[in-house]
Amino acid sequence: MRELFPMKQVNGYIFSLLLTVVALSVYFFDMSFAMGLTILVVTAFIQAGVQLVVFMHAGESEDKGGIYVHTIYGVVLALLTILGSLLAMIWGYMY
Amino acid sequence: MDFFDRFTIPPHDDPMLYASIVAIGLVSIAIVFGVTYFKKWGYLWSEWLTTVDHKRIGIMYIISALLMLFRGGADAVMMRLQTAVPDNSFLDAQHYNEVFTTHGVVMIFFMAMAFIIGMMNFVVPLQIGARDVAFPRLNALSFWLYFAGAMLFNLSFVIGGSPDAGWTNYYPLAGTDFSEHVGVNYYNWALQISGIGTLMTGINFIATIMKMRAPGMTLMKMPMFTWSALITNLIIVFAFPVLTIALLMGTLDRQFFTNFFTTGDGGMDMMWANLFWIWGHPEVYILILPAFGIYSQIIATFSQRNLYGYKSMVASMVIISLLSFMVWVHHFFTMGQGAVANSIFSITTMAIAVPTGIKIFNWLLTMWKGKIRFTTPMMYSVAFIPLFTIGGVTGVMLAIASADYQYHNTMFLVAHFHNVIIPGVVFAMIAGLIYYWPKMFGFLLNERIGKWAFWNIVIGFCLSFFPMYITGLNGQARRMYTYSEASGFGPLSMVSFFGALLLAVGFALIVYNVYYSFRYAPRNVGDDPWNARSLEWATHNPVPEYNFAITPNVNSSEAFWDYKKNGHDLFKGGIKDIHMPNNSGWSIILAGIFFVFAFCFVFHVWVGVIIAFVGIISCLLYRSFEKDDGHHIHKEEIEETEKKFGGAE
Repeated sequence: MRELFPMKQVNGYIFSLLLTVVALSVYFFDMSFAMGLTILVVTAFIQAGVQLVVFMHAGESEDKGGIYVHTIYGVVLALLTILGSLLAMIWGYMY
Repeated sequence: MDFFDRFTIPPHDDPMLYASIVAIGLVSIAIVFGVTYFKKWGYLWSEWLTTVDHKRIGIMYIISALLMLFRGGADAVMMRLQTAVPDNSFLDAQHYNEVFTTHGVVMIFFMAMAFIIGMMNFVVPLQIGARDVAFPRLNALSFWLYFAGAMLFNLSFVIGGSPDAGWTNYYPLAGTDFSEHVGVNYYNWALQISGIGTLMTGINFIATIMKMRAPGMTLMKMPMFTWSALITNLIIVFAFPVLTIALLMGTLDRQFFTNFFTTGDGGMDMMWANLFWIWGHPEVYILILPAFGIYSQIIATFSQRNLYGYKSMVASMVIISLLSFMVWVHHFFTMGQGAVANSIFSITTMAIAVPTGIKIFNWLLTMWKGKIRFTTPMMYSVAFIPLFTIGGVTGVMLAIASADYQYHNTMFLVAHFHNVIIPGVVFAMIAGLIYYWPKMFGFLLNERIGKWAFWNIVIGFCLSFFPMYITGLNGQARRMYTYSEASGFGPLSMVSFFGALLLAVGFALIVYNVYYSFRYAPRNVGDDPWNARSLEWATHNPVPEYNFAITPNVNSSEAFWDYKKNGHDLFKGGIKDIHMPNNSGWSIILAGIFFVFAFCFVFHVWVGVIIAFVGIISCLLYRSFEKDDGHHIHKEEIEETEKKFGGAE
């Protein structure tokens, strides 16, 4: 029965639907711009993580160490690039 | 006739330009005629143009890189000639702009990138004991996309006009307001398609190195060049998408009237500089890390010692790869952001000197008490250390943000980056080429001519670029096509010109050396002419199609040395059938269609764009449904080949 009913994937599916509903709520409820954007960013990143682990099977093969290291490396670089750009293009002119 | 007007080049009063157009035409005809006359089309098509063999693709990359080296080198000599004396009129201002733009783009994208990718193609699968890269067909496509981009860029010279906004192509100068003709469109599309090729190479090599190492080769037992290739390809994968998007935004601005980089309507011209250097600074390390890898191989081999500080070499490369993404603002310290932003990027920039310094000391300590043999590749490596250090130190000077206001856009900067790129990348690639020459072709290049070339190149380099430090500090701006006699830049610029001539002589000697050695060099050099250490030398010279008859069994980063000296059993088991990928014309055809697509896009020929786009999609669909299981090389055939090399195990 366990093989026929992949618990992890079903839970993942429900969880990702839930995240979508939360993200969608930004449109229907009246909230501040900052609040809405925070919800969107947080749910988007969790959603990406769920997809990566549950449906793209990261961490199920022998080289999961490498996969996670590369992913973290990519996230760190993306953050550095965005923060650095903000620093160079906006914040840098304020201070 | 209106339709054809767009293909004419903007008027120059310059007979030289027409002479070179005629020269390009004549050379093209000569090549076609020569190949037809010697009946080599079939051979060329089946053995080279359709090949998926990483060794042949590597060699094609290197040949293209050398061609581009001479193209860019001729530009360099023209620039030095123009500025050799004050108020010279050899080139006019427009022509000079086109020449320095072409020089920069060709040397970085089509020479240096092609050279390092060619080296990686040839060496990495051999060093890890693989039969080919992970995706051989994709690898061929990468090469042909690069080649299509390079040819498209060179075509700009003859049809429509060359880009003239510098290799950095800053907006708003590169926008349609200030660069009306199609030059910058060429820049965008040539770099776009060759950049896609590079990105695919990055993915391909990460997969190859992560997945296809010989049994026993853990990550920390990889030879140093493979480590540098892995880190380089990681940087490629994270840096090149930024360039792709920046070029796309530039294309939209120029051809579809958007306002990403314009000065009005909410556009932000400085955003181009920001995006360009987010890609551009990691690009510097994409170029230099494989060079470091090659030096590590060569210095260890010719010092006859194992590489000092293997772990610190790896760690410093990883740190460099991270830091390389944190420093890009130092290319535009003078753009107006305040002291806080500049200080942060100043400090991160200086921090890179630390891991780089670690590597320099490791090479010195590898040589320490080694039995050094001064072969030509080793001489390049030994010359690299002090010259590169000077370039690194001037780099730290430039990293001081407040002082950079003095150096910015002067010849001091030009001297600095040539001082790191030439002894760093160019010396490494020449040294690597000479070192791996027997692996590629089965004979050694002549050492005597090689050393003549070496001295010409080293002295020529010093004479060309050291005077620029002085004229730069005296205030000579870069990219100025002439200067007055009163400025006093004349004598030192003349010295630079002589240096450029010596460099040209040096490179000509390398070509002569290839010709001379091809005719006269002995062919029985054996499998290990340098007494080398790492795994790529454990197979024959030149390398058979399948690389290793028996997959090697690795115990250390110097498996071949252990095999020779410590009795390590490298080849266990017997010869079996080997599965290899099939050749295919798909890659060159797809890249050709990409070329047509980009060319039509440059000139707004929308019918051509649509037809080519349909062609691209059809090629991709064909590939998706194609059934290609490769072929087997049978045991008897392998045994026969092995016997011919005299190395029946």
